[in-house]
Amino acid sequence: MTLGDTILQVENLQTHIDTKMGLVKAVDGVSFSLRRGETLGIVGESGSGKSMTALSILRLVPRPAARIVGGRVLLNGEDLLSYDAERMRRVRGRAISMVLQDPQTSLNPVYSIGGQITEAIANQQRKLPRLELLKRAVAALKTVHVAAPEQRVRDYPHQLSGGMKQRVVAAIANSCEPQILIADEPTTALDATIQAQYLRLLKEIQQESGLSIIFITHDFGIVANMCDHVAVMYGGRVVEYGPVRAIFNSPAHPYTRALLSSVPAVDRTVDRLYSIPGQPPMLWDLPRGCRFAPRCEWADSHCHQEYPPTVPSLDAGQAAHTASCWKLEDIGLENVRC
Amino acid sequence: MRRFLAIRIAQSLLAMLAISVIAFGMTHLSGSPVDSMLPEDAGPEEAAQLTRELGLDRPIHVQYFKFLGRVMTGNMGDSIMSPGASALGVVMDRMPATLLLGGFAIIVSTIIAIPIGVLTAVYRDTAFDAAGKIIALLGQAAPPFWLGIVLIWVFGVTLDWFPTSGRGGFSHFVLPAIAMGWFQVAALMRITRSSMLEVLDSEYIKLARVKGVPEWRIIWVHALRNAAIAPLTYFGVIAGIILTGSVVIETVFVWPGAGQLAVEAIRARDFPVVQAVVLTFAAVFILANLLVDTLYAYVDPRIRYR
Repeated sequence: MTLGDTILQVENLQTHIDTKMGLVKAVDGVSFSLRRGETLGIVGESGSGKSMTALSILRLVPRPAARIVGGRVLLNGEDLLSYDAERMRRVRGRAISMVLQDPQTSLNPVYSIGGQITEAIANQQRKLPRLELLKRAVAALKTVHVAAPEQRVRDYPHQLSGGMKQRVVAAIANSCEPQILIADEPTTALDATIQAQYLRLLKEIQQESGLSIIFITHDFGIVANMCDHVAVMYGGRVVEYGPVRAIFNSPAHPYTRALLSSVPAVDRTVDRLYSIPGQPPMLWDLPRGCRFAPRCEWADSHCHQEYPPTVPSLDAGQAAHTASCWKLEDIGLENVRC
Repeated sequence: MRRFLAIRIAQSLLAMLAISVIAFGMTHLSGSPVDSMLPEDAGPEEAAQLTRELGLDRPIHVQYFKFLGRVMTGNMGDSIMSPGASALGVVMDRMPATLLLGGFAIIVSTIIAIPIGVLTAVYRDTAFDAAGKIIALLGQAAPPFWLGIVLIWVFGVTLDWFPTSGRGGFSHFVLPAIAMGWFQVAALMRITRSSMLEVLDSEYIKLARVKGVPEWRIIWVHALRNAAIAPLTYFGVIAGIILTGSVVIETVFVWPGAGQLAVEAIRARDFPVVQAVVLTFAAVFILANLLVDTLYAYVDPRIRYR
């Protein structure tokens, strides 16, 4: 698919959280851009700041502990961080929508499915008569392939299966035809077959409406299937960014390489799956230099002292492939050890 | 839904039956009323005769079933301390005053407690939340009888803002309702707060925000209905506390209700009246809980469809 103009531009986004341990820089200068119809994967371990990045875009970071302290989030050129609360509210659901991780708990148990879908529609288009709203709710359920939607609208969440609930969440997210859909690990709680169906469904919705998707995951399999570009996050920063092919074929950053090495491959038998030595950094006590340096086999004293700038990767042909590492030349482009 | 209600009604009737056993048994544990009914110079023959007349010489289970049969038809015997009046009639004369005061206390405490509970959750760890904590602490620490006396002393006697006792216009309700209701406000507020905190932290509230639902709607519609179960349960408990509390509060404020009547009847060993009070209170309590359960089903579809 050809990609359109830039629709979302995130520049140097910073979100800090006050915790008992101290100040956590959960999102520490994240930048990326998203084009119309594009799917961007954000990959990283738990606590790498990927979910907080998503919530920061929607300005829904858990307050009062967390706050966005800097950067810009440009939606069609307008900075969302400068919007007042009411204007921002109207962006949510309509321009940018989101699918949450756990379908079991993301639907309100005391309201009917139909009620929850119509609410999303009514929020953005007031003055629609009730019957019309209900019709649209049924239509929204149809787009996510829920069987017998006319009956389903009257059901309550506890009457649906997990996969069905996640479809309903997708229907809610898609009901106002958003330009951007943020999917925060939407398939983690689903089993493998349902997961595949669900991913197909998202692709289908995307092809019909041309929406852009930010896909947050730690599953490289999903990334390979779904995404056009990938941003790899570590310790609140994007350490590598590039087209999905480039990330898989010639990963530049040692962390990306390590991540890919720890993915089990179906066509190979290994005695022991590779795992990255050490622990992810404590977010309230980040290293001064490169955050991955303590776990990196290439790191030297320079790496420990100064955070590396974002530079183009060695595979010069891939224009948009960048990484933040001092050692790109030393590492070279040789294949990932698997 | 119908099945749920049928089961709950059957359970309520069973509870009523159990209470009739207890009410019957308790009064028989407190000694024979014959001694207090007879004049001081009465001899053992007269005592034996009265015992026979009252049926107190029959086996205990026979007495119980006779009692149950009478209760079913609304006949709980005649009052001993006010001759000529039926026990149930005496109680029914006093019940409206009790229900009025109790109902007033419950409604006012709810109107105060639920919004404060919700707002202390929304604005947790602020000065407002701290003030709520203090109100709750005071309410839960002060026993109603003591609070009643203090209120009479400060607002009735010293400041002379409200009447100190008796039943009359609206001003007569204020002090006893505060004495009765403060504890409920405190408890209800804390329950609502913790319940709301849990709900506000949930994924579906996050999803509502993602949908662009206005904040007021998220709090008062999405969150409150989910958080309502715990405070709703507590209403059943409140019904009990208000009824038993009426015994104390009505005595302190000389409120002419069934609670005060219970105290008078116990003193006079007027056990038909005591039984009538106990059974009436029990019936009100069970009805209140039945109502609470019905509301559950209305609030939460998961209960409705079970």
